[in-house]
Amino acid sequence: MSLLGVFDVAGSAMSAQSIRLNTVSSNLANADTASSSTDRTYRSRQPVFATAMQAFSDDPSHAGVRVTGIVESKEELRMRYEPSHPMANENGYIYLPNVNVVEEMANMISASRSYQNNVEAMNTSKQLLQATLRLGQ
Amino acid sequence: MRFDLDSAMGLHEQALYLRARRSSVLASNLANADTPNYKARDLDFQSALRSAAGMETGNSVNVATTDAGHLGGLGGDVGDMLYRQPLQPSLDGNTVDAQIEKVKFAENALQYQASLQFLGAKFHNLMLAIKGE
Repeated sequence: MSLLGVFDVAGSAMSAQSIRLNTVSSNLANADTASSSTDRTYRSRQPVFATAMQAFSDDPSHAGVRVTGIVESKEELRMRYEPSHPMANENGYIYLPNVNVVEEMANMISASRSYQNNVEAMNTSKQLLQATLRLGQ
Repeated sequence: MRFDLDSAMGLHEQALYLRARRSSVLASNLANADTPNYKARDLDFQSALRSAAGMETGNSVNVATTDAGHLGGLGGDVGDMLYRQPLQPSLDGNTVDAQIEKVKFAENALQYQASLQFLGAKFHNLMLAIKGE
């Protein structure tokens, strides 16, 4: 039954989008965590989405979403001269994460809209299935 | 008079099946709205219905049945699935326009309900005929 497949497809997308929201919240939460060396500084994390073809059934009409991994951003870390900071290194510099807060906010809104779209698709399919069950009554 | 349920239901049964299939294709598009390199797909409903109704054997890839014991395949054919022409493809190779997909999904849901109504009416008529009231 194709309509039941919508639940799998939309569900996989919702889980992918919630992973994206999770990374956004981690990035925003750690946007200002300073450290004294580059290798101990938090780096912006981004999930990688891929299409999961025929993950649920052999039907080619079902294409879900799968998160293949979470990558750390390769962008330059921010360096700031702040000798009074407790985390400052011997030269008086602190390192700040390469999180772009504005970008993350846009990312968050995009993720929540996509999530809502999938919820809507799921709800519609649910109503259609219920109407189908009432067929002939 | 000879009677069989399949012909009594007419084309609506196939239409319902194809509508359900199309809704899962459109839901896949919506699900992959943020997946890089995903290409939006859709079902050519008219030609799919035509081939499902046996009016045309052009692009369907149904299993050939050469023996009475063979089972025919149900759906699963890719021949009727087409890629959507993007109005504004994004840089990551994704061609899903969430707005368009949402509209098509809603439209398809309504048409599914229409098919359900038609089928319901057929059942109703059958019940009337059976009861003979």
